Amino acid sequence: MDILATLSKLVNESGFAGFVASGGWKNLIMIAIACVLLYLGIHKKFEPLLLVGIAFGVLLTNLPGGGLYHMEMWDAYIQEAPYDVVNDKALYTKTDDDVIVFTDAEVAAYMQANGLSEGDVVTHIAFTDIIHHGGLLDILYIGVKAGIYPCLIFLGVGAMTDFGPLLANPKSLLLGAAAQLGVFLAFFGALMLGFAGTEAASIGIIGGADGPTAIYLTGLLAPHLLGPIAIAAYSYMALIPMIQPPLMRMLTTEKERSVKMEQAREVSKTEKILFPIVVAGFVILLIPSTAPLIGCLMFGNLLQVTGVTQRLGDTAQNALMNIVTLFLGISVGATTVASRFLSFQTLAIIVLGLVAFGFSTMGGLFVGKLMYKLSGGKINPLIGSAGVSAVPMAARVSQVEGQKANPSNFLLMHAMGPNVAGVIGSAIAAGFLLAVFG
Amino acid sequence: MKLKMPVSDALITAVLGYLVVFVGLALLMAVVIIMGKIMVSRRNTAAVAAPAAPAAAPVPVKASPEAPGSAGEVKIHDVPDREAAMIMAIVADKLRKPLNELRFKSIKEIK
Repeated sequence: MDILATLSKLVNESGFAGFVASGGWKNLIMIAIACVLLYLGIHKKFEPLLLVGIAFGVLLTNLPGGGLYHMEMWDAYIQEAPYDVVNDKALYTKTDDDVIVFTDAEVAAYMQANGLSEGDVVTHIAFTDIIHHGGLLDILYIGVKAGIYPCLIFLGVGAMTDFGPLLANPKSLLLGAAAQLGVFLAFFGALMLGFAGTEAASIGIIGGADGPTAIYLTGLLAPHLLGPIAIAAYSYMALIPMIQPPLMRMLTTEKERSVKMEQAREVSKTEKILFPIVVAGFVILLIPSTAPLIGCLMFGNLLQVTGVTQRLGDTAQNALMNIVTLFLGISVGATTVASRFLSFQTLAIIVLGLVAFGFSTMGGLFVGKLMYKLSGGKINPLIGSAGVSAVPMAARVSQVEGQKANPSNFLLMHAMGPNVAGVIGSAIAAGFLLAVFG
Repeated sequence: MKLKMPVSDALITAVLGYLVVFVGLALLMAVVIIMGKIMVSRRNTAAVAAPAAPAAAPVPVKASPEAPGSAGEVKIHDVPDREAAMIMAIVADKLRKPLNELRFKSIKEIK
């Protein structure tokens, strides 16, 4: 046995050799980014339940040789191109405007040139091929690509959400609508920066401040941007207590912020039971593409409010939610392959995401101010900023800012109305974008 | 930079999208308001229709023994008196104990 040759082979095949190979330095940068995200999640507690999973997925996918996630295989799936299993290569060429998939003759020539036999190239890759040839994170990622995880998260969110404040004050729905302004401004901005319609739609939805919706839409429309969009969405959601207050103070006066709102009416159990049934029926009939998200959100809520399905509601908001969050985080992180993540696109997405968040907050505040005027000063405009759907963080920010202006002010329950309306609003926005670009 | 969608189309899509969200939620608001009004009117009708309960024969009510005076002083840190009073009242209500049978040592806002 040639010991030197064996050792040399071991070294060359190790992941460490991958760092000195062409482009290996990019993996090192991604590992550093993973460490920063882990620090933010663990030490700074920025959305830790998801950010820690995403960060660890970033780490795993960028360790050379691990083979947990195969970006080329997913490219082949998305572009409906043949896939070389041996060399992990999607067989297509990409121009500025189009993707040209290899013809049968080109595939045959490619196989001959590379000494491949039948079975080494999959002509039409399907989920079964991904299970057969993929790594662990490829298999988990099927749940994202098929839109399963975000919908199951919505089921849990529905079970956790109390729509009582919204039922007590239905005008909150308008604030939830107004706070989708950033979605469409960022969408327009992304198009002006040269992104394709599907990509711009996925970037815009960051402004909805709703992680599962952003992942759902991006997974369907622009899966190659899933990593940066998910990271931007969750990072900004965690940063809401820093992003929103300056805008709130800039756009409202001390007098407006100190308005004490009257106690809302009591909502009966029957109303709470009817609400998810009515909303699911109404919204899905209005925009059918919202069915998976709104259907799951309202089903989760119904389980919680019926009073006879408490066990299912508890499972949806605890055990199921935790399991899905685990899979979602790590598989979204896995999509951040260095060669694709480190690009101008990622930088643009980060900037556009911030623009989207800012304008969504402003949209809610503008309509909040309008309601303040129309109600003769009875509505505190600060509840408008809670229309971005980051539940309950945005409502807490409204409460904190309201109390700074008037220590006896209790806006939390009033702000929860627009806050949960924002969840419905962002799902409708996603449904619209899906209907246009899907 | 080459745009992949004409500016006019992009603008129309963005404005239309925002309008669709607004109209969708405004219609939903109308539905919720109607649902709320129906519920409130049904509740009021039921309350009016319910026969008044016959006057019950006076039953001697055993007065609950009053708890002895104050249970000491409470130290309040960074919490307004009104809120402290509300917190104590809520705790007493949840525990189903008279307030003066409970002893609060301190109330402090956790920041």
